[in-house]
Amino acid sequence: MAKINTIAELKKLREDLLGAAQAKAGKPLVNVSLATCSVASGGRDVLAAMQAEATALGLDVEFMQSGCMTVCFAEPTVEVTLPGKDPVTFGYLDAEKAKILVQKYIKDGELIDGVIPVGYERIVL
Amino acid sequence: MSMLNVTVDGQATQVAAGSAILDAANQLGIEIPTLCYLDMEKKFNQQAAACRICVVEVENRRNLAPACATPVMEGMIIKTDTERVHTARKIVVDLMLSDHPLDCLTCEQAGSCVLQDLCYQYGLEQTTFAGQRNDYPEDATNKFYSRNLNKCVACRRCVTVCSNFQNTKAIGFGDRGFNTHPVAPFDRGMDESTCVSCGNCVSVCPTGALLPKSKEKFRSWEISKTETTCSYCGVGCQMNLLTKGNKVVGVEPLNGAANDGLLCVKGKFGFNFINHPDRLTTPLVRKDGQLVEATWDEAYSLIADKVKATKAEFGSEALAGLSSARVTNEENYLFQKMVRAAFGTNSVDHCARL
Amino acid sequence: MAEKKQLRIATRNSGFIDPENIDSYIAAGGYLGLAKCLGEMTPEAVIDLMKASGIRGRGGAGFPTGVKWGFAAKYASDTKYVVCNADEGDPGAFMDRAILEGDPHSVLEAMAIGAYAIGGNKGTIYIRAEYPMAIDRLKIAIEQAEAKGVIGKNIMGSDFSFDLDIKYGAGAFVCGEETALINSMEGNRGEPYTKPPFPAEAGYWDKPTIVNNVETLASIPAIIVKGAEWFNGIGTETSKGTKVFALAGKINNVGLIEVPMGITLQEVIMEVGGGVRNGKKFKAVQTGGPSGGALTYKDLDVKIDYESLVACQSMMGSGGMIVMDEDDCMVAIAKFFVEFTMEETCGKCTPCRIGSKRIYEALDKITMGQGSLEDIEKLKLLSVAIKDTALCGLGQTMPNPVLSTMRVFEDEYTAHVVDKKCPAGVCSDLLEFIVVDEKCVGCTLCARVCPVDCIGGKVKEVHVIDQAACIKCGACLDKCKFDAIIKQ
Repeated sequence: MAKINTIAELKKLREDLLGAAQAKAGKPLVNVSLATCSVASGGRDVLAAMQAEATALGLDVEFMQSGCMTVCFAEPTVEVTLPGKDPVTFGYLDAEKAKILVQKYIKDGELIDGVIPVGYERIVL
Repeated sequence: MSMLNVTVDGQATQVAAGSAILDAANQLGIEIPTLCYLDMEKKFNQQAAACRICVVEVENRRNLAPACATPVMEGMIIKTDTERVHTARKIVVDLMLSDHPLDCLTCEQAGSCVLQDLCYQYGLEQTTFAGQRNDYPEDATNKFYSRNLNKCVACRRCVTVCSNFQNTKAIGFGDRGFNTHPVAPFDRGMDESTCVSCGNCVSVCPTGALLPKSKEKFRSWEISKTETTCSYCGVGCQMNLLTKGNKVVGVEPLNGAANDGLLCVKGKFGFNFINHPDRLTTPLVRKDGQLVEATWDEAYSLIADKVKATKAEFGSEALAGLSSARVTNEENYLFQKMVRAAFGTNSVDHCARL
Repeated sequence: MAEKKQLRIATRNSGFIDPENIDSYIAAGGYLGLAKCLGEMTPEAVIDLMKASGIRGRGGAGFPTGVKWGFAAKYASDTKYVVCNADEGDPGAFMDRAILEGDPHSVLEAMAIGAYAIGGNKGTIYIRAEYPMAIDRLKIAIEQAEAKGVIGKNIMGSDFSFDLDIKYGAGAFVCGEETALINSMEGNRGEPYTKPPFPAEAGYWDKPTIVNNVETLASIPAIIVKGAEWFNGIGTETSKGTKVFALAGKINNVGLIEVPMGITLQEVIMEVGGGVRNGKKFKAVQTGGPSGGALTYKDLDVKIDYESLVACQSMMGSGGMIVMDEDDCMVAIAKFFVEFTMEETCGKCTPCRIGSKRIYEALDKITMGQGSLEDIEKLKLLSVAIKDTALCGLGQTMPNPVLSTMRVFEDEYTAHVVDKKCPAGVCSDLLEFIVVDEKCVGCTLCARVCPVDCIGGKVKEVHVIDQAACIKCGACLDKCKFDAIIKQ
């Protein structure tokens, strides 16, 4: 890992990272919440099921893990960002529902049950 | 040193910066009860401040402040004699009493027990918070003292004196919550700890939780105290001999320059020889092969005669002196002076020089 | 869509970035706060900005963070420490865990900022060992931050160096108290000592030390980047910014929320929290964990900030909110929390060690129907005295659950001791299971399910429960198909 030697390098790195993310924006992005509670309620199974289903359907999907999405009542949760669309958070998943999520929303853009409304405003630096 | 202005119970005074509220009150002759307070500590912030009996009101402070551990600030207004203070103190004593046996009639500590004094002061005949009490087996595994933790008020003096002054660290605190109590390692007997039996924990214990295994029964009010210097070695530890009638029944350390309130196992517990029947109380002089009692004058004359005669016949180098660690430094000094100046030899030694 | 009640500052990244990849944090604006401090600000300017932002400690007591840093900066010392208090221990609280698992770098960055501000160069994260995933992610974060050069020697080419390590707590609640935490870090028994001296003067190894909570730290990079005025503009007169709460208990949306200070309890419970489960009536919410108190249905209009919670005999605490409905007995709730503190007190000072036990015993007596009005008076007296005399925050707040429930529900206490009834039907010793004669058809189902055979009656005749033998297990009530058994 290259060291950041100046403040300018940090800022440059950020721009590069944002640019790289932009370049990937053509692909669906699946962000799986994997904090202790998410894992305990089956988050890893959901991730595995979605990865398997995406491969089976031949979909090019970018997966990432994150921490707590703060909606414990709806764990396991994933956030899906389709190209050109706002992110949507789905909750109350299990391996089976995760497969359906890939089949319907990721593949065809068709919403399924369990959408968690965004009840917050978030500070972006 | 900078001085701070404070007011205690309406009386203004000046105290040195770094003093505790307790110091300010003492300076004015205002009495604040203490229990866990250890006067050996040089800095107020070393006080455990665990018992909470010395709490006082400080203006603009939300809760009550422990007088022993709260530093005086400029302009501080302190009240020690309010209903809030007395109610709080009484409840603290009441709580202590609720986890303490009421066997003062037979307790060895009766009369010199801080908890008993506080109950007397606050008029507590028995606790108003009756409930579960801790029940620990008595630990008599140490040869010199016994531990009855049912009488312990968890003031921490024993642990502090062992850890910070004696530096033996034989005991610490174990368990949490209501069961918190002083423990030897792994909560085993004192005999399995690194305890050196110095007895300083016994000396500082405010209740009857730590008691010497005294062979004598006595009540604290039957004894008289005689200030003296420990005769075991040349350190010069200051102590009180506790006597009942003509008998030494105990020892308590005094805060002397040489010992700061501490003693060792010999000074604290090794006093039974004083009243032992085998102890020589008059000089014995050998007459016709038999040791017979003599007066001091008789004995000294004999020693002087023999020294003079030996010196005259064989010279000074035929003489030597050996003195004892059991006498004071001053006495040892005089002895060597006598051997060098009067005997005329440098052959003088001392039993503890090994 | 409904108005967005939540504002995520401390939890801005959790759930959005990959906590195990520093690039993900940097892309989200990570370490820009530290860069701003190192590149553009003097340590004094950082402290002034913190003071101006008005942020107060999120761990419970609410001491202004900038002032704390200012104290530590004042003392000259070869070494100063920044300690992150991640010893989260309130029942039902998990804000810090979520932040550490979701955004560990924000805490590291803030610790470096703190060290720069006070003139220190060492940091320690004191985290409870029961948080293995948070610990793993912290370790990865520290490793990556060191490899990237945002932690370590001469950070980003500046003269400032900062090292970090992790220490593990063994699960003692009291070690969340900063002096007990310091004792524990030094390898001593985890118990508090009297302040002053405050840790800012003589803390870890007697060096100037600042101890900051995870949530406080996580907010700091945002404050530095977006400025004091921005943060200061959120919240109430005395409480600025946002607070993360962990909603638990009988509420629909169990989980974490981050809301601006000054939001009403009504908004938190009914809107953000989605209301009470199963359509039951909201009764109270325990805020501030076992050291806090109950805000009740009468307090729904209370604006949540440090001062107004204290005015309700509660406290902000670290942010646990346990919601209770009409089926909860407030005496039993108070007993539950006092039992927790009774077991967790370090036992150092008399009022906390023995007092907590006596309060618990009194509450236990009351819930068993053996209490008297005198016991209630004694409870009050004892509670006030403990608050007044205990050594640390744990003891001083331990009676809060009792005092705060008595504030609004004294009639419930009275019902337990005078009528010998538990109005919520929780305290089993005060319950009676009774057969309603008109409804009983004599099916014998209840008699067959009774584990102690205390229900008598012939087939097709009204059954009777022998109250003396009944153990109040409730099996008959659950089994009866005719609603012929009631508890009262």
